[in-house]
Amino acid sequence: MDEILKVEKLKKYYATPRGLLHAVDNVDFSVERGKTMGFVGESGCGKSTLGSTIIGLEVPTGGKIIYDGRDITFPTKKELKELRKELQMIFQDPFSSIDPRMSISDIIAEPLIIHRMYRSRQERTKKVEELMDIVGIARRYAYSYPHELDGGRRQRVGIARALAVNPKFIVCDEPVSALDVSIQAQVLNLLQDLQRDHQLTYLFITHDLSVVRHISDDICVMYLGQIVEKCSAAELYLHTLHPYTKALLSAIPIPDITIKKKRILMKGELSSPIEPKDQCRFAARCPYANEECYSSCPKLMDVGNGHMVACHKVHSLEDNL
Amino acid sequence: MVEKNIQNNETVLEVDDLVVHYNTEEGVAEAVNGMSFTLHKGETLGLVGETGAGKTSVALAIMGLLPVPPSQIIRGSIKLNGEELVGKKNKEMRSIRGDKIGMIFQDPMTSLNPVMSVGDQIAEVIRLHENISKGEASVKAGKMLEKVGIAADRYKEYPHQFSGGMKQRVVIAIALACNPNILIADEPTTALDVTIQAQVLELINDLKKDYGTSVILITHDLGVVAETCDRCAVVYAGEIVESGSLEDIFLHAQHPYTKGLFGSIPRLDVIVERLHPIKGLMSDPMTLPEYCSFYDRCDHACEECKQGEPACMEVSPGHIVRCRLAHPEAMKPESWEKGQA
Ligand SMILES: Nc1ncnc2c1ncn2[C@@H]1O[C@H](COP(=O)(O)OP(=O)(O)O)[C@@H](O)[C@H]1O
Ligand SMILES: Nc1ncnc2c1ncn2[C@@H]1O[C@H](COP(=O)(O)OP(=O)(O)O)[C@@H](O)[C@H]1O
Ligand code: SF4
Ligand SMILES: [Mg+2]
Ligand SMILES: [Mg+2]
Repeated sequence: MDEILKVEKLKKYYATPRGLLHAVDNVDFSVERGKTMGFVGESGCGKSTLGSTIIGLEVPTGGKIIYDGRDITFPTKKELKELRKELQMIFQDPFSSIDPRMSISDIIAEPLIIHRMYRSRQERTKKVEELMDIVGIARRYAYSYPHELDGGRRQRVGIARALAVNPKFIVCDEPVSALDVSIQAQVLNLLQDLQRDHQLTYLFITHDLSVVRHISDDICVMYLGQIVEKCSAAELYLHTLHPYTKALLSAIPIPDITIKKKRILMKGELSSPIEPKDQCRFAARCPYANEECYSSCPKLMDVGNGHMVACHKVHSLEDNL
Repeated sequence: MVEKNIQNNETVLEVDDLVVHYNTEEGVAEAVNGMSFTLHKGETLGLVGETGAGKTSVALAIMGLLPVPPSQIIRGSIKLNGEELVGKKNKEMRSIRGDKIGMIFQDPMTSLNPVMSVGDQIAEVIRLHENISKGEASVKAGKMLEKVGIAADRYKEYPHQFSGGMKQRVVIAIALACNPNILIADEPTTALDVTIQAQVLELINDLKKDYGTSVILITHDLGVVAETCDRCAVVYAGEIVESGSLEDIFLHAQHPYTKGLFGSIPRLDVIVERLHPIKGLMSDPMTLPEYCSFYDRCDHACEECKQGEPACMEVSPGHIVRCRLAHPEAMKPESWEKGQA
């Protein structure tokens, strides 16, 4: 397997008034070059923290991040700048950290200036126009401002900006979550086309199971800072094993009136992983929990064909299938 | 499954040819353009459509909560149990709200007071509509909390002490405290996680059964419609472009926009290599054409479609489509037959 990214025992803890919050806790996975690894889970499960830690926006509390054979866990400032040309990020709100007085063309050109690429103004303008063509924004918007654009076009600008430096790996954090379905479909198709044309690898973060299933090759399901299930996208839906994944899938309303499915209503709500005990973090909401589940935290284990599950009772659950 | 969910055909709400405009500095936004629909007793009607389609404007018009200015009801009628609401005074509408119609917004804080305990907020609403003592209202409010799945001992807590899902439950408790005939829920679960959404939808369904409330559920999620509604109206650019039973919409959709919506959504259970998005962007309510508003985005658009507004066609009993090509005798382009699979 040609691994572009390998993450080992990654941890990111935050100090809070109520104790240490384990936002990302001992996360292990690797991503194959040119593929899409999806991360899915409910809000607060640590998806964004994971994404920003990987691309160096947050300093990890522990663990290892290996990118293309290089250890990038604690990069120097200079290394970080170099890495930025390879690893990029697309956010739900592409302009949250951008000066609203910059024009679209300036926004897309900024990374080119920072990285001293295409030094002459002419070359830069040409590259910006090329990027606008690639992501499908008419060139007449070059001198518009972010607030003048609709959600779909704004996201396309965010994608163009990320693509400007010719990255190899893009962390997409909820890139289509704020978009209406008809626009969301356009942007998802665009991301797929770009991946094919530019051999991109994606780490795709979303709370939407239908979207993640559509776009990913492999999927990790997260719960309170940990991966609870990991396997191929098809396998996740055909042979769902973890009780949380099952409940999550059953909660999704299917736009088909010929399917009547049984809903597993989960008790309670998502808590936050502050000073978590050594037990299954899902135990309090799990319909199958027994003593064992409260006595130690289950490890992510291979149950065959690379399907990984973190649940003490996975074998007895498997038998139930 | 035919029509079994509709206990009887008693109409509780009738919206007829409603037109709502917003007069702004940039121009006139034609938000609602001649919408008509009826709500029967005990049923759930889904209003589905994308951002800017005019769904919230209709809801606010029914509630008498449209901001004036900039908005203006240009024409049309809204009848609640036969009584005309358009033109009613603010004071009259205030007593109708909560008493006869309750509303749940996407953001629960729209309806909550941050500096009053959740229990007192429910009790206050009850006292506005029932002539009972403070003590009695408190007891009732506590029961209402339990009903929406919140322990009554949290009565004295404030909204900020609750999660998004719990706040939405409090809002539901407030909306239902006076036992309204109609509940309008405007994207009530859009801001919530799926597992919490499932709980809240289940709650609305249970309460609907217990109280016989009629519900208008506004959503952009066809999945939510499939699981909670009895009938459905698809809204585009301030018009209902297609309406009917769930079978009509989910199995026999005719309007190109409805079909486009289905092609746009990724599915858990059906695997497609590529989605089939609707091309272009939502129509701008400031520059709507004289002909079909969906023309620019439609895969089947032909010269015929530019000949004025399309009329509503009843393609089968109760299934209404606003598209020229839905007419049995219309000259249909080849693409139409292909999309008919
Ligand atoms: N800077 C921070 N300080 C303290 N806690 C944080 C910080 N950022 C995130 N968290 C907490 O970490 C957890 C994971 O958050 P996040 O990664 O944003 O989740 P997601 O993206 O899955 O919604 C949450 O409980 C959140 O409150
Ligand atoms: N307060 C307002 N001022 C000006 N225009 C408005 C206002 N509210 C809504 N509109 C216009 O009405 C249209 C429909 O809005 P709305 O009813 O909120 O749609 P939906 O709820 O379907 O997203 C919007 O596209 C916008 O142009
Ligand atoms: S380990 Fe126990 S509590 Fe945790 S998911 Fe498995 S069965 Fe449920
Ligand atoms: Mg996030
Ligand atoms: Mg709305």
